[in-house]
Amino acid sequence: MTAAVAAPGAIVDRGAVRRQRIIGIFYLLLAAIAAFVLTSGIAPEATSTFALKPAGSKTGLDIPNLVVPSVVTLYAVAALCGFLGAIQLVRGFGTRWAVVLGIAVAVFVFGFLTWAAVGKSMSLIGILQLTVVKALPITFGALSGLLCERAGVVNIAIEGMLLTGAFTGAVVGSATGNNIVGLVAAGFVGAALGTLLAVLAIRYRMDQIIAGTVINIFAAGITGFVSTRVLQLHRELNEPQRFPQIPIPVLSEIPIIGPMFFSGNIFLYALFVLIGLIHYGLFYTRWGLRVRAVGEHPRAADTVGINVLGTRYRNVILGGIVAGVGGAYFTLGSTGSFVQDMTAGRGFIGLAAMIFGAWTPVGAFLASLVFGFADAVQARLSILNIALPSEFLLMVPYLVTIVVVAGLVGRVRAPAADGRPYEKE
Amino acid sequence: MRLELRGITKRFPGVIANQDVDLVVEPGEIHALLGENGAGKTTLMNVLYGLYQPDEGEIRIDDRVVMFHDPGQAIAAGIGMVHQHFMLVPVFTVTENVMLGVESVRGPLGQLDRPTARKRIIEISERHNLKIDPDATVEDLPVGVRQRVEIIKTLYRRSDLLVLDEPTAVLTPQEDEELFEIMRSLKAGGTSIVFITHKLNEVLEIADRITVLRRGRVVGSTTPAEATRESLASMMVGRPVELVVEKTPAHPGAPVLEVHGLVVRDDRGHVAVDGLDLQVRAGEIVVIAGVQGNGQTELVDAITGLRHPVAGTIRIGGATVRPEPRPIFEAGVAHVPEDRLEDGCVPGFTIVDNLVLNTYYRAPFSRGIRLDREAIERSATELVANFDIRTPSMFVDIGDLSGGNQQKVIVAREFSRPVRLLVAAQPTRGLDVGSVEYIHRRIVAKRDEGAAILIVSTELDEVLALADRIAVMYQGRIVDIVEPERATPQLLGMLMGGSLPLESAAAASVSPAAPGDPGT
Repeated sequence: MTAAVAAPGAIVDRGAVRRQRIIGIFYLLLAAIAAFVLTSGIAPEATSTFALKPAGSKTGLDIPNLVVPSVVTLYAVAALCGFLGAIQLVRGFGTRWAVVLGIAVAVFVFGFLTWAAVGKSMSLIGILQLTVVKALPITFGALSGLLCERAGVVNIAIEGMLLTGAFTGAVVGSATGNNIVGLVAAGFVGAALGTLLAVLAIRYRMDQIIAGTVINIFAAGITGFVSTRVLQLHRELNEPQRFPQIPIPVLSEIPIIGPMFFSGNIFLYALFVLIGLIHYGLFYTRWGLRVRAVGEHPRAADTVGINVLGTRYRNVILGGIVAGVGGAYFTLGSTGSFVQDMTAGRGFIGLAAMIFGAWTPVGAFLASLVFGFADAVQARLSILNIALPSEFLLMVPYLVTIVVVAGLVGRVRAPAADGRPYEKE
Repeated sequence: MRLELRGITKRFPGVIANQDVDLVVEPGEIHALLGENGAGKTTLMNVLYGLYQPDEGEIRIDDRVVMFHDPGQAIAAGIGMVHQHFMLVPVFTVTENVMLGVESVRGPLGQLDRPTARKRIIEISERHNLKIDPDATVEDLPVGVRQRVEIIKTLYRRSDLLVLDEPTAVLTPQEDEELFEIMRSLKAGGTSIVFITHKLNEVLEIADRITVLRRGRVVGSTTPAEATRESLASMMVGRPVELVVEKTPAHPGAPVLEVHGLVVRDDRGHVAVDGLDLQVRAGEIVVIAGVQGNGQTELVDAITGLRHPVAGTIRIGGATVRPEPRPIFEAGVAHVPEDRLEDGCVPGFTIVDNLVLNTYYRAPFSRGIRLDREAIERSATELVANFDIRTPSMFVDIGDLSGGNQQKVIVAREFSRPVRLLVAAQPTRGLDVGSVEYIHRRIVAKRDEGAAILIVSTELDEVLALADRIAVMYQGRIVDIVEPERATPQLLGMLMGGSLPLESAAAASVSPAAPGDPGT
């Protein structure tokens, strides 16, 4: 054969090359911003201080504040980003490109915080604590989505379930004067919405995106209506008792980790238990094997005698309960009263966290922490009075969501039958 | 297990799928159920498996009447089914797939007892000589091995009667042989097997008894000793059938399709066509033989402009054509795609509309922005008559036609234009013997008119019936080009499975070579 046959190794993937270039240029851009934009107007001797100990904390091991020279730090950040960019452009990082991207972004974020804290003291521990607080409802939402999607039903109604849970928790908690009753009621209402979604999606085989959207609109409408018509007049129906913080002895005194993960209220600990249960359940029990089979290949599950539709109903209702309880966090665990549309898209971010976490409970939690961090930085910076418009800062969590879902995810695989109604032959 | 079906009748709205079917499967018997598509084989087995309830008749197992309302009950009674489309979860391991539904668990939380299941799988695989790695993920396994997993699945459930629904449709000839060995070993162990197929050779090779179904009824029962391919075919179709279309030697002319160094990726981004070279000349039929999933789909997609190659060139009639479907069609390429309903026609559209799907925008079918319905219908009337499309009216939804008639519509549409190159992927998949004969005859006639013809087929019978040259494709490359005279099923099977006989390796070339014939 005379024709030159391309050797398999020599094949160039144009798409991959383009992606490598774009990321490389992105690193260089980060470096340029750090070196030229962020350093402008900073006195050479200025320092940035990061507090690592919670304000007012008397116990715990004593750890000093982190004080860094601002300009030098920013140049170091720029150098590192530039170095990564150069390597990326010249030879790339192969399959580790996503990890490197994560590192570069983390380094740049540190540089950004350094800039924001020039001449001031920023409570880094405060941001980290707030990260967990913000990540909490997102994780509940992600777990709700995960339970549904692992069985093959797309749950885009998480947002509405969270909102209704928040509302129910506040109203029932106030009316009965018992926040536990409020929490249980939120779970019930979540289950009801889950049942509605299940009936529409499974029984009537309605498009699952539309069914979920309908539930979201319904939830926003009904809670908004009752809150303006009733709660405005009867304030006593919107003053539930909040669940108290329960610092766990010893563990809560570990530096950094203690204040983040072991000083919360029952929602946080319930979340840890839930993550463990779902992880164990999905991957190590009969229940989980069957759920995953139903989500991947329902016909195969059917032929070995598994009740496909029953499994889906059960999981969607469970998902509804998780989202309802998670929603109650907004009122019973956090702010203490219901405000119209207070979930502000956290259900959708939860959906993104579920995808980013590759449909695993632990992954979903870690992904939620990323989104929670973006949210926390946004919240802190708007207090710090920095030279960025507050509207822009408010966009940050959503921007991070878009970038993560569009750019980083790509390769994770959804359950194969996700979103597809099952019909018996 | 002795299975007896008595007077089974199953009606669907407007159709009688099974009428008064009697079938007896003795213990340790391999019973072939033969019939065309739509003859009611699968319906009958679904009745047996509890997916359908019969309207009349009864099922007896070891002379006791049984009723199955769902597959679970059929499984419990010892019936195991290997479906034509495997019922395996791709992301699960072999062990997980086998234990699914009958999981052994321990502890109060229902923890999966994988080690116990794994041990039983190894036992079964050793006892029946079914080689398997219980920890492999199913999506990484070749099709033949997946089928073994399905068989182990039924044995794990202690089935005494195995139903194999078209088990050889996806296998290489070598894998066919392995499957037959497994079937013989199971039979020796007392398992009864119902073997559903439409391949006549296999029936004659493996079956103890043969029952032929036609239009939902049993038309006869026979044994391999009494039957011939011809007699079985005419029982299936109800009239004498020509199994191999007569054709004269080819008189190839100038090259029409030239493919050089072609590299194409599949949907998942893996290299599916890997530096492929191929040439098809006017007036010859080149058949690409190979096991499904060796890049044939991607090759056809690239030639017809449905998928952009990563590297390489495709020349049609000596010129490079812009790699989009319309310019390629306009260069005289006809395409009969692999998946009729997905890529070949628009279900929901009438036959008339489907016949002008790629010519509607040109004279005489449209003038300016307006379609000329009259011209379209005139042409459709002619095509329906010429291509023997059997339909009550040409305004019928194409989705309501039988597979054979759908394929005739597609062939009519593609052949009604001036064709220099015909690319047909699995042109007779799922068609009955009668339609196969018809389509084959049309393809040969097109060749005799001087068109270059490229066929992709996984059916050895079809490869041998049509080809002037056989290009065997394996892992994205043409591993050898074989003249039909020296092509034996053994040689093709070896090539399709990736083992390259030494002489052929040296001759792996576009031009005819003169190697020895290791097969016979």
